[in-house]
Amino acid sequence: MAELTEVKPEMLEGSWTLRVRNTVDRVLPMDHLLPHRQPYYVGSWVYVFGVITIAALVWVVVSGVVLSFMGPQWWHASSLGRFFNSLHFWSVQLFFIFMVLHLWGQYFMAGWRAGRAATWMIGVVIFAASILTAFTGYLSQQNFDSQFIAINAKDAMNSAGIGAFFNVLNFGQMYGLHVMLLPITVTFLVVVHIVMVRARGVVKPIGAEGGKAS
Amino acid sequence: MDTPAHYFDWGFIHISYPNLIVIGLMLVLFAVALVAPFPRGSDRNG
Repeated sequence: MAELTEVKPEMLEGSWTLRVRNTVDRVLPMDHLLPHRQPYYVGSWVYVFGVITIAALVWVVVSGVVLSFMGPQWWHASSLGRFFNSLHFWSVQLFFIFMVLHLWGQYFMAGWRAGRAATWMIGVVIFAASILTAFTGYLSQQNFDSQFIAINAKDAMNSAGIGAFFNVLNFGQMYGLHVMLLPITVTFLVVVHIVMVRARGVVKPIGAEGGKAS
Repeated sequence: MDTPAHYFDWGFIHISYPNLIVIGLMLVLFAVALVAPFPRGSDRNG
């Protein structure tokens, strides 16, 4: 049986858990992660667009979980199912509307300044992944509309040369992408996006004075 | 839902009225967000 040995400081130098903890403490301290005060320039409705986008995403995911659990017959034939179908659809509309408004705000504010380029680029990837998620969602409706969209989209996919492995007529593939792979991707990237925003604070408007988040 | 939307045509621009209205409302909302006063708490630093 191994004897318990005293932990010496030089032994901790090789500890990857300690290095990770110290890095997280340095890059993302709790007062950055959950701040109770914000610079004065955050007092603008423009900064609310991103939060509303997250709120819409929560509703998209919650209503989507219910839809995937209950199935197409339920969401087409029952009144409660149609309500959740509509809830899913309209929260997606709000998600995209406020994501674009957030994009406009950050574009005109040049939100990529002062070391925030990666945050901006991840936002671009979220936008692209969201569009793909929405398109596969239109293909997952299980009605004549989705069949019409799939058959027309098949020509476009074939002309782009990706119809062989991204087959819009394959409902299982499109539905799997829509309810599993793409939502996980979007949600994960949104979390990374938010953590990166919190690590550096929101970008200071061009020409603004004061504030701790420069 | 079963009838096709009416379209706005102006030169090369060809867009359905529902889409045009949504984009118009988004532009209005963005402009309002820039100028509308934001309720301020007492616990903000400068």
